Amino acid sequence: MSDLRSPLARARGHGSARDGLHHWWAQRLTAIALIPLVVWFAISLVMLSGADYDIARAWIGSPLVMVLLILTICVGLHHGQLGLQVVIEDYIHGDGWKLALIVAMRFIAVIFGLAAIVAILRIGFGG
Amino acid sequence: MSVANRPVHRPLSPHLQVYRPQLTSVLSILHRATGIALSVGALYLATWVIYAAASPEAYSLFQSFNTSIVGRIVLGGWLFCAFYHLSNGIRHLFWDAGYGFELKDAYRSGWIVVAVSLIATAASWVVGLRLL
Repeated sequence: MSDLRSPLARARGHGSARDGLHHWWAQRLTAIALIPLVVWFAISLVMLSGADYDIARAWIGSPLVMVLLILTICVGLHHGQLGLQVVIEDYIHGDGWKLALIVAMRFIAVIFGLAAIVAILRIGFGG
Repeated sequence: MSVANRPVHRPLSPHLQVYRPQLTSVLSILHRATGIALSVGALYLATWVIYAAASPEAYSLFQSFNTSIVGRIVLGGWLFCAFYHLSNGIRHLFWDAGYGFELKDAYRSGWIVVAVSLIATAASWVVGLRLL
């Protein structure tokens, strides 16, 4: 099959979305990172069912848990917003609404993620 | 209006409802549905650490919702979504690497995903409810 792209466009490899493989690759990379993180988080969540205030804070504030929790939040929310972006692109057809929803979704993800990270650091460092 | 500007009513893709549900299509739809549910649930879980950082009163208010029937359904449902999306996601990664495309393999891996996610969900519910 003949390739209708110019040699320069083919060399850049950015495709019609001007984004190349970045979205696809970031989704896979975060997916691989989330395999151990989600297993760890799900087990922790189950083991903490019914945990009282002090037990929950002692767990959240321990150094290793802080690192893994913040990592899970960052990687998980990034993976989630990449996935939701595709869902919005698939089902919302008006360009204005599509853009507005993707922007709103990303803002919400960043706000909740940042609030959770600040909360974890406050618990860990006794703020 | 010229012919070129007239809206073209091209045939659309066949709608989902004309197909008999198959394991492969049901699992594919479920992957997207659980992904959406996990994202919304992640915001709820983010509020967990936010409440824990706020005050003992705020945390016990949050815990009283978690231990209610609705809270148990939300958390138990989130766990199912996590185990399903995780195991089916691994299935997707194998496809990305070029393995498991034969029809027989796609069905076999599909049933493995169903079994693993149901067993993991059941185990987490049994342990979780015992600890409550």
